[in-house]
Amino acid sequence: MKMELGQWQAAGNVAAPDGHEPVLAIVARGLVKRFDGFTAVDGVDLTVPEGAIYGVLGPNGAGKTTTLRMLLGIIDPDAGYRRILGGEPREVSHLIGYLPEERGLYPAMKAYEAIAFVGALRGLPLAEGRRRGKELLEEYGLGYAMDRQIRQLSKGMAQQVQILSTLVHEPRLVIFDEPFSGLDALNQGKLERMMRGLAERGTTVIFSTHVIAHAERLCDQVAIIAGGRVPFAGPVDVARDRIRPQVRLETRAADGAWRAALPADARHDRRQDGTSFFYFPLPPTGIEPLLRALIEGEAGILSLSIERAGLHDAFVAIAGEVAARALEENPEQEQAR
Amino acid sequence: MSGRLSTFAAAMVVARRDFGAILFSRSFIFFLIGPLFPLLVGTMASGVGQQVEANAGRATLALAMSPADAAAIRSSAHRLEPQLNGMVPELIVVPPMAGGRLPAPAHVLAHSDGAIGAVLSGTPAHPVLTGPEGLIEAWQGPVGLIAADTLRAAPTGFPPVTLTATKAAPVGDRIGRLRTAQAGQTLLFLLTMLLAGMVLSNLVEEKANKIIEILAAAIPMDAVFLGKLFAMLAVSFVGIAVWGATIGSVLLIGGHSLADFSAPAVGWPTFIALGVLYFAMAYLLLGSVFLTIGSMAATVREVQTLSMPVTMLQLLVFFFSSYTMSTPGSALEQAAVIIPFSSPFAMLARAAQSPDLAQHLAALGWQAVWVILFVRFGAQLFRRRVMKSGPATRRSKRANPQPQPA
Repeated sequence: MKMELGQWQAAGNVAAPDGHEPVLAIVARGLVKRFDGFTAVDGVDLTVPEGAIYGVLGPNGAGKTTTLRMLLGIIDPDAGYRRILGGEPREVSHLIGYLPEERGLYPAMKAYEAIAFVGALRGLPLAEGRRRGKELLEEYGLGYAMDRQIRQLSKGMAQQVQILSTLVHEPRLVIFDEPFSGLDALNQGKLERMMRGLAERGTTVIFSTHVIAHAERLCDQVAIIAGGRVPFAGPVDVARDRIRPQVRLETRAADGAWRAALPADARHDRRQDGTSFFYFPLPPTGIEPLLRALIEGEAGILSLSIERAGLHDAFVAIAGEVAARALEENPEQEQAR
Repeated sequence: MSGRLSTFAAAMVVARRDFGAILFSRSFIFFLIGPLFPLLVGTMASGVGQQVEANAGRATLALAMSPADAAAIRSSAHRLEPQLNGMVPELIVVPPMAGGRLPAPAHVLAHSDGAIGAVLSGTPAHPVLTGPEGLIEAWQGPVGLIAADTLRAAPTGFPPVTLTATKAAPVGDRIGRLRTAQAGQTLLFLLTMLLAGMVLSNLVEEKANKIIEILAAAIPMDAVFLGKLFAMLAVSFVGIAVWGATIGSVLLIGGHSLADFSAPAVGWPTFIALGVLYFAMAYLLLGSVFLTIGSMAATVREVQTLSMPVTMLQLLVFFFSSYTMSTPGSALEQAAVIIPFSSPFAMLARAAQSPDLAQHLAALGWQAVWVILFVRFGAQLFRRRVMKSGPATRRSKRANPQPQPA
């Protein structure tokens, strides 16, 4: 299924660089999944262009894994539909690579055989899978461990082997569920580089995370998910623009007629040296009228900056404080930052 | 770039992995050789026992006779041995005492330390057999024949008798076939239970390894389900081949053969082939049930709890088909043939008792339909249940913050 460009842009997306209709890797509309009367996913819409790095951002229990499982066809939605690479998930399973949140490989298999086995599941002949498995291990610095059994590898190494197994059949779409959890900072950086490399080669990368820093660094677009719903899906910049930029103003004078030009909710800090700091959202009228009022009122502008909101602020604004707190509950976030 | 696998091809990928992993695991080696230890010990003990029994049964007959009579008796015994086939005891000549007098038979027996079973004294015309009652009664006939031969009062040999085997009497034949049917059913039941249990442990292990989601994402769950069943079926054939070859060799070495059992009505080759097919059907039916149970259980303990009723039910099915076996054609036996779980057992019993082959084609077709239905139903349930215990649902109930408007 192809989406009209108008619809695409109306959904807060941008046109492809050449102005043509973007090719979509994933289109999901109104996905609903209930477990024993509990609604885990409640009407999720996603639109992922091909070649993008797309983040599904939300706290634990928000419905990320269930959504990804529905996209992969592991479970069927109770309502809604999904098209993956233009087809049903099962029809295109050989074009998809998947890293589940709960990692697992056969402990008795050698590293390269484990990669080849996952390739074989995706339709790659075993011999070819073994060859590519060895190549991938060499390429990502794990060549020395290719003949080791999975049970002989450290947890982090086993996880890297599993990540490589998602790529052995050269998929067009890779879905990683919480790929950074369990990796140390060094390997997190390595994985980020790998994801960028995949996107550069035209592979669509979707990953779920509860760590905003990863999404902010990597993603072209994100879906913010909380309570089984997606209150926002689109480019990261659009998410940031959901909250107005913050103005930081430093003045010599503390008071004057010019104060009337500042928003009523502006926060004021007075320093010991007599200077004043004001913090407030950029007024809807823009910065120019304010600037004029400050100059005419002789506020004595020492500095003025407009700071664009970060993804974290956007997340708080979009998903709410509760979801943001749940997101921060995980100590891994701090580590990643 | 790879190509999409068909369900069957995907099942084969899983089956190949499982087959190799199980076959080369230490636990399988023990599983394979485990039952052979008691068998070997039993066979060796039985062999030793038989030898002891044979040695004890072949006691020696001492000849307390004049040297001429003793020589004549030995010569006749040697000549008649082929015709009497083991009935002629081993003979030794008691040497005369000082003065040429022969010792009394009771004296010979008392001083033989049990090596001599009985003593033949007197003359060939008037032989006297002294010894325990049972033994001298058993030897009375052969000794009489040998004595008669010595006297030339009877023909010097017996004309060779040509043997023509006929079928046993109808009553004996039916009982024998019933025993064959019973043995076949028991073997089928034991193998089915053993392997259905193994497929269950295999699945639980898979869930513990958390590999199931990778499989579920890549291939249809039906293929995972089928692959596991096929793998275990192939493993079971390896087991059957190893156990069959070992037991066969032991029996052959021990001088036994299938001929010790009454030949089944369809003949041994067809019976064995049907046995393998019915085993496959019984295993696939039961295996799909166990696999479905496995999908619902997270731990071995849960598996044991959940599988207990099915194991009990399977025992009932086995007893039911064993009970109805003796009344072929009765309403109960027909029911055992029709009920999918008991059908393979009941039909194997029929193969032992009735030569009609067409009924087996129909039964195999009927069972195959149920296998397909069970596998499909099991796979659906498996698919619905197996991914339910994942992190998503677990966490959904723990933390579920609602979005707020931007």
